[in-house]
Amino acid sequence: MAWKLLLRNRIRSTLTVGGVAVAVAVLVSLLAFDTGYQRSLQTDIDRMGYQVLVTAKGCPYEAATLMLKGGGGLRYMDEEVYGRIVEDDRIDEIAPQLVVTDFDPEGGGVTMYVGVDEAQRRLKPWLEFRAGGWFSSPTAEEAVLGYEAAELEQRRVGDRIYVRSIDRALEVVGVLERTGTQDDGAIFVPLATAQRAFGYESKISGIGIRLKDLGQLAAFEEDLYDEPGIQVVSMAQVRGTILNLISSARVLAGSIAVVAVVVAIIGVMNTILMSVFERTKQIGVMKAMGASRFDVFRIVWSETTLVCLLGGVAGAVLAVTGGRLAELLVRRILPYAPSGRLIIVTLPLVAAALVCAVLTGLVAGIYPASRAAELKPVQAIRSTG
Amino acid sequence: MTATTQNISGLQAGGTGSFPTAQETIVRARRLRKIYRTPAEDIAAVDGVDLEIKSGDFITLLGPSGSGKTTLLDLIGCLDAISEGTLEVFGRDVSTAHESELVALRRGRIGFVFQEFLLLPELSAVENVQVPSMFARTPLGRDDAVELLARVGLERRADHLPGELSGGERQRVAIARALSTTTGLLLADEPTGNLDSRNSEAVFSVFRELSEADGLTVVIATHDERLGGMAGRTIRMLDGRIDGN
Repeated sequence: MAWKLLLRNRIRSTLTVGGVAVAVAVLVSLLAFDTGYQRSLQTDIDRMGYQVLVTAKGCPYEAATLMLKGGGGLRYMDEEVYGRIVEDDRIDEIAPQLVVTDFDPEGGGVTMYVGVDEAQRRLKPWLEFRAGGWFSSPTAEEAVLGYEAAELEQRRVGDRIYVRSIDRALEVVGVLERTGTQDDGAIFVPLATAQRAFGYESKISGIGIRLKDLGQLAAFEEDLYDEPGIQVVSMAQVRGTILNLISSARVLAGSIAVVAVVVAIIGVMNTILMSVFERTKQIGVMKAMGASRFDVFRIVWSETTLVCLLGGVAGAVLAVTGGRLAELLVRRILPYAPSGRLIIVTLPLVAAALVCAVLTGLVAGIYPASRAAELKPVQAIRSTG
Repeated sequence: MTATTQNISGLQAGGTGSFPTAQETIVRARRLRKIYRTPAEDIAAVDGVDLEIKSGDFITLLGPSGSGKTTLLDLIGCLDAISEGTLEVFGRDVSTAHESELVALRRGRIGFVFQEFLLLPELSAVENVQVPSMFARTPLGRDDAVELLARVGLERRADHLPGELSGGERQRVAIARALSTTTGLLLADEPTGNLDSRNSEAVFSVFRELSEADGLTVVIATHDERLGGMAGRTIRMLDGRIDGN
């Protein structure tokens, strides 16, 4: 019956359902973003293969972000630092790297070259080759391309890539499978080759370290304080820092969601109140026919809940189908966006949103339903409305 | 047995009891008053009415507009509270009865038919007939509801919406609706007020048949003198008082 009563004013009911749908879609998208972003960020961090990053002294946040995102502008430190740290028996794996960039003044693009040694593969055992293999020697003028770099450069194994800034060509010896991280866009070259060719002799930009026991991180960090010109950043810190960076966006989006929900509740209350006013005579007749206060309350309450449930379903569908579009927009405004899916709409999330929508309906329906239930039968029947 | 001759008691879903026995008093009013208080003055819409209605009575309340017919029906139907005097309906003193007792009376023993029909426009004729039984917690099946529509000659219009029915047909649906749970007293307030003379007589005939065939007590408020003469008993009202019985 509630369904048929809702159809009395289809346009108004549809608009109200639409309002609830938008609120639910915003809420679902926000929660899906929160889940997706943190999960993707964690994946990105896990896929870096190390828990600790040693970099030259500078802004640790900048260093961490640049390491995650890739790109130039990194500070460099002496390779001797690596030599002094590598013997520490708390280290499970350690890999130095040198990130350099090659700017193309004609195309305006920047290509990132990452100088690595054999330890990089031990640090990231999941790296697999789509074609070819690793460098033939630590000093070879060769390159291993990430999946996307190979696609972008249109290069295959055996091709040569020209590096403008050093005026020489590197031979592509391997192309990696897609990893979903910044490695996909990187061009790996032997560390010694990168140092020599790009003019960074005995320099490195970072050292990735995986400890045997993460519980030793604080002590490990403490011991490195004496080392001049470096800083130690744990990936847990990086995660926290990035989440801080986007916290303002999360607060803003959260506020919008709250406002949307409040507006939806008011909209639903307004619609149902209007409906109650319009049906005052009918409610009076229902009471004359034996409807108790509870019966009338239940009918109006059911209508409200039905509106919200329909809005919830529509909102969930909107969130699922519009998630990709929202992700594109979100990526544009965020200071750092991980490479995985940012908005992950899960079944429990949809279920929670529907429960939330129904609860909203139950709350929004209390007042109009009470108004209807309290109507005096004779006054309602004789009303002029 | 045809639909028109079948006793409707077998179809009633929400009734709380059987029809009253012959000539049992089902409504007793003594010095009944209903006063509407306004800042300017107190208006006695019903002013000292003494009345007895027995089971099986077919009564018309006749009187001009403002004579108190509708208010008296509202009081008898437990839709409004009395101001002074006493009123017993089916043996219950309505001035002291709890709200739930009044709901139970309306739900099972008293049926209403209004001038404006007041059907739920979103529901079909048969669904409208089924509505009261939902409140009585004993839902009326579709077949039984259609049979009630047959009692008023509308079985073929069962699935039509009220908007698709004529005024007379709507009023007959309203009567069938009132019958769906009512086991004793049918109150009709100007049921023919919105109908032409032909439909008025048809609707009035339905009431008379219900009274004669099934022993249903029917009280009809009307200002139509012509219809008043067709009832078994006529009570004239004027200025809130009974002017003739």
